[in-house]
Amino acid sequence: MTTQDFTPRLQLQQVVKAFPGCLANDRVDLRVMPGEIHALLGENGAGKSTLVKMIFGLLRPDAGTLSWEGETVRVESPARARQLGIGMVFQHFSLFEALTVKENIALGMGNPPPMKELERQILAVEERYGLPLDPNRAVHSLSVGEKQRIEIVRCLLQNPRLLIMDEPTSVLTPQEADKLFVTLRQLRSEGCSILYISHKLDEVRQLCDAATILRGGRNVGTCVPAEETAASMAALMVGETIEVVESGVAVERGAVRLALRQVSRPAASALAVALDEISLEVHSGEIVGIAGVAGNGQAELLEALSGEWLCAADKVSLDGQGVGHLGPHKRRQRGLCFVPEERLGHGSVPEMSLHDNALLSGYSRQPFLRRGFVRQGAVKDFAREVIDRFDVRCSGFGAAAGSLSGGNLQKFIVGREVHQTPEVLVIAQPTWGVDAGAAAIIHRSLQALAAQGTAVLVVSQDLDELMLISHRIGAICGGRLSPLYQRNDLTIEEVGLLMTGTALETAGVMYAADHSRGDAHVAS
Amino acid sequence: MLRLEPRPQASKAMVYLSPLLALLLTLVSGFLIFMLLGVNAGEALYAFFIQPVSDSYGVSELLVKAVPLVLIGVGLAVGFRANVWNIGAEGQLAMGAVFAGGLAIWVPTDSGGWVLPLMMVLGVLGGMFWAAIPALLRTRYNANEILTSLMLSYVALLFLSYLVHGPWRDPDGFNFPESKLFDDFATLPLLLEGTRLHLGLLLTLVIVAGVWVMLARTLVGFQVRVVGASPRAAQFAGFRERALVWFALLLSGALAGLAGMIEVSGPIGQLVPQVSPGYGFTAIIVAFVGRLHPLGVTIAGVLLALSYLGGENLQIVMGLPQAVTGVFQGMLLFYLLACDVLIQYRVRVGRPRVAGGEL
Amino acid sequence: MSESVLMLQAVALTIIGAATPLLFAALGEMVTERSGVLNLGLEGMMLIGAVAAFAATVVSGNPYLGVLAGAAAGALVALLHGLLVLSLLANQVATGLAMTLFGVGLSALLGAGFVGTTITPLPTLAIPLLADVPLLGSLLFDHNALVYLSLLLVVGLSLFIYHTRAGLILRAVGESPSSAHALGYPVIRIRYLALIFGGAMAGVGGAYLSLVSTPMWSENMTAGRGWVALALVVFASWKPGRVLAGAYMFGGVTILQLHGQGMGVSIPSQFLSMLPYLATVVVLVLISRDSVKLRENRPASLGRVFRPSA
Repeated sequence: MTTQDFTPRLQLQQVVKAFPGCLANDRVDLRVMPGEIHALLGENGAGKSTLVKMIFGLLRPDAGTLSWEGETVRVESPARARQLGIGMVFQHFSLFEALTVKENIALGMGNPPPMKELERQILAVEERYGLPLDPNRAVHSLSVGEKQRIEIVRCLLQNPRLLIMDEPTSVLTPQEADKLFVTLRQLRSEGCSILYISHKLDEVRQLCDAATILRGGRNVGTCVPAEETAASMAALMVGETIEVVESGVAVERGAVRLALRQVSRPAASALAVALDEISLEVHSGEIVGIAGVAGNGQAELLEALSGEWLCAADKVSLDGQGVGHLGPHKRRQRGLCFVPEERLGHGSVPEMSLHDNALLSGYSRQPFLRRGFVRQGAVKDFAREVIDRFDVRCSGFGAAAGSLSGGNLQKFIVGREVHQTPEVLVIAQPTWGVDAGAAAIIHRSLQALAAQGTAVLVVSQDLDELMLISHRIGAICGGRLSPLYQRNDLTIEEVGLLMTGTALETAGVMYAADHSRGDAHVAS
Repeated sequence: MLRLEPRPQASKAMVYLSPLLALLLTLVSGFLIFMLLGVNAGEALYAFFIQPVSDSYGVSELLVKAVPLVLIGVGLAVGFRANVWNIGAEGQLAMGAVFAGGLAIWVPTDSGGWVLPLMMVLGVLGGMFWAAIPALLRTRYNANEILTSLMLSYVALLFLSYLVHGPWRDPDGFNFPESKLFDDFATLPLLLEGTRLHLGLLLTLVIVAGVWVMLARTLVGFQVRVVGASPRAAQFAGFRERALVWFALLLSGALAGLAGMIEVSGPIGQLVPQVSPGYGFTAIIVAFVGRLHPLGVTIAGVLLALSYLGGENLQIVMGLPQAVTGVFQGMLLFYLLACDVLIQYRVRVGRPRVAGGEL
Repeated sequence: MSESVLMLQAVALTIIGAATPLLFAALGEMVTERSGVLNLGLEGMMLIGAVAAFAATVVSGNPYLGVLAGAAAGALVALLHGLLVLSLLANQVATGLAMTLFGVGLSALLGAGFVGTTITPLPTLAIPLLADVPLLGSLLFDHNALVYLSLLLVVGLSLFIYHTRAGLILRAVGESPSSAHALGYPVIRIRYLALIFGGAMAGVGGAYLSLVSTPMWSENMTAGRGWVALALVVFASWKPGRVLAGAYMFGGVTILQLHGQGMGVSIPSQFLSMLPYLATVVVLVLISRDSVKLRENRPASLGRVFRPSA
């Protein structure tokens, strides 16, 4: 049976969408057949999200046609899209934290039945597709994976004929992702088409029947993923050859620089996670990676590390000195620099210039102040150095941080800390939403910093990234940290198990315990 | 169809043009309002904006009214930048007047030159004391300073009213609710004979310059700006938000208190139930129209001082209610906020343009 | 016996008289805030409503038309407010302050000609049979139409917010406008409606002051009640039933002020007049102290500018 026998379920022809200063989609074509899982592949910023927003009626194309089962249609709103039979699961969930699962689902439906009936239908869909969920729970009490399930159930209740999924596995453990694939394959067998947006090549090869690849807002090819190699698709996706970052192997490990000792923290609100006796040590010269699905205590852990949350002095130590009671400024003076997850509004002030943003965290360690007055010249020189060293593309140090692209701003923020050559660097999501070129620069700068003797702690949801640059890896789940393992002793599936809070020993796998833990205690 | 389209970078030009545009729109609307009220609109605008400052005495009166507005406005501007919304300056002004006036009433009539400086200190302390309450309530109990500072304004005004109706009433004052007139040593020296222009003007200019330097050149000023723009970035930097809330409220309270002291020891010369015709509230407008910048606040202070003179003159010349002042002030802020959208956005007509659609 | 009944009745009337305008303004503001919009211009809207209601009553001789005029005037000013904060994306705090300053000025200007004029106030409507019940009858069932309306509004809004789809959408918009937009709800239009409803209710609250409480017009006659209503919404955790309780508690405080001197208390009147303001501060502190709980009840997007983006 070949797909040519059917009218395409969805076809886009020559679709154009422009934003001020950027052409997001330039005459893009896309064809999704009935009962097909179709991948939409591309780097960050390739125009994938813009394209699907037009399919779902959130954006109006400037030019081009969209046909649904052979008929040209105008999708002027999400309501219209739902009416046609299009459902969408967003990357950033469109959920209402304070409302219940049931209320959230009702809001996502054009014409929901009465609440009692709706609850019955929800339970039926959950049963059929293996997506357990309590309809009456408040959303903020759910895990990220469960939140995604709400979105999926919400779509399935409307019997969609096309389901759009935007980077669905970016918030899942590998095991959760496998369960999702089972559900998706079941849907395919029932004739539902799935438009699957991703930049993860392995899962696309595993799951998808066809793929359309976008780069810089344009089509650069279509293919059958199973017949391609990851490398051949990557070449299409990225276009230019990126210098490969060498996986960090042998290191000259020095003394313990950063240590946490049984840090516990009660949950600050219904939306927060409690930390449960977190201990870890990072040595001079090594990069330690902490994996985990979002919302498992990373934010709380990072605040404890940066000094935005304070605890007893001896709970956190830098080079053997207790700093748990000190705020970010004093920790920085003692050698700990920090890159938060949010670039805009946490790591930088969007409306301020780059040199003001250099002052933001630089004032603690750099000679930027004289008797409370700011030495503008020194700050500007520093900003210029960071811009040059890390290839930050901008109009100069006077440019507002918010005017930079995500990748360039991230280079500036990471560069601002790395350029101060800290004794310890704690960095969250170093390359989240950043293009491959910028990611390589950031990864290399972290490796170079470690080689100079800095202890680097990376907290990331991107497993590939952690496997690439870390020397030791652990995972955080429900506010508890797993033991740290040598990176070379772990497979990606095993990290996945750690992310679910499963101890590797009980999973029937025996590992030589990480000897460094014993050593470290002696050292401290 | 009109659309707003974000600018890639905030427009510097619009930052300065927006107040001018707002002023123009206010004038046009004022013209229409006067027409609706059935008076000669041209004549009314002349009486409001030009006649009051057409002689040197008028100009000196303008400056007398601008002093408290600029002084309070510059303090509020620092607070607003840090997202600290002190709208109780009217009450802090009253407390400054009470503290300073209390001393002037209490000291014997043969006291010396030490009284005036001490009154200034007390005025500042009075304003700070009244602003410290919302600061404490916000930092300790998380209570919204907008509501608490405003509620406390009513309390302060009632307290002042009690004092001048009761214990501090002038025994020789024919039962009017007023204190005795302050002695010479408790009155601000005049700068120009034949006017009411007093030393407070110079004091104000020095303070404005000081705040300017503080905001633009010091770490404290930088902290104020960061806390206002993104509180989380301030946390990341290690700036202590609570300390800055205290700083912003105490500074604006101190300046409002000083303004209260200046009013009672300058133009008024005694304690009365109403030491200010709403300077504390008008200063909010002054701060915004002045772009939360000390220099801008100075210009805006003079402009809004004119609205007071204009309102008074309009009542005398054309018999219109003085409330016209409030309408003009409100409209100005209104139009300013509307025009400010042009700083971050530009107005486009029709559908989005396709950039680079052709190859 | 009959003296104590009269006394009780006087007290009840004071409480109801002080509570009802606050109840209207606070219920309206609660709906507005549920949509994520903070309306700090409440005081100005109440004043405009008060003057419009008074003027319309003077001109038409019909206080009911006055109430309608108050509501319409409040709604109109709210529309203007919406134009700034919803369409032109202005800062909600600054705009609210502008609204209040503007409302104070404009109402004084419009009302200048009405100072000293008298009107027939809103009549009381005794509910047949019920009003004749001894003691309770005259306490509960012998009031003007607005008192009944305010109580019906509490019930109606409770049902609306928690048990209708429109109420669910309102809550959703206030919780996360971006999610609501992504699902295709017209966030800006919903916020306009909520804001206009709030403005109309503030106008009715103002109308109560000038048509029932005094009944006359004087400059700045709301004397901070708009701000008190804002505090009540926080106190009530955005719940209609608790707004009712809060407004009547506040009315209770007012008794002390009005009856204090009558009862022979020798405190200067200014200190008694301070009580409602001090009570508001105390209540605000008590409710805000638990910041975690406050955050859970508060509409998550309250006060933030939302621009429907791509």
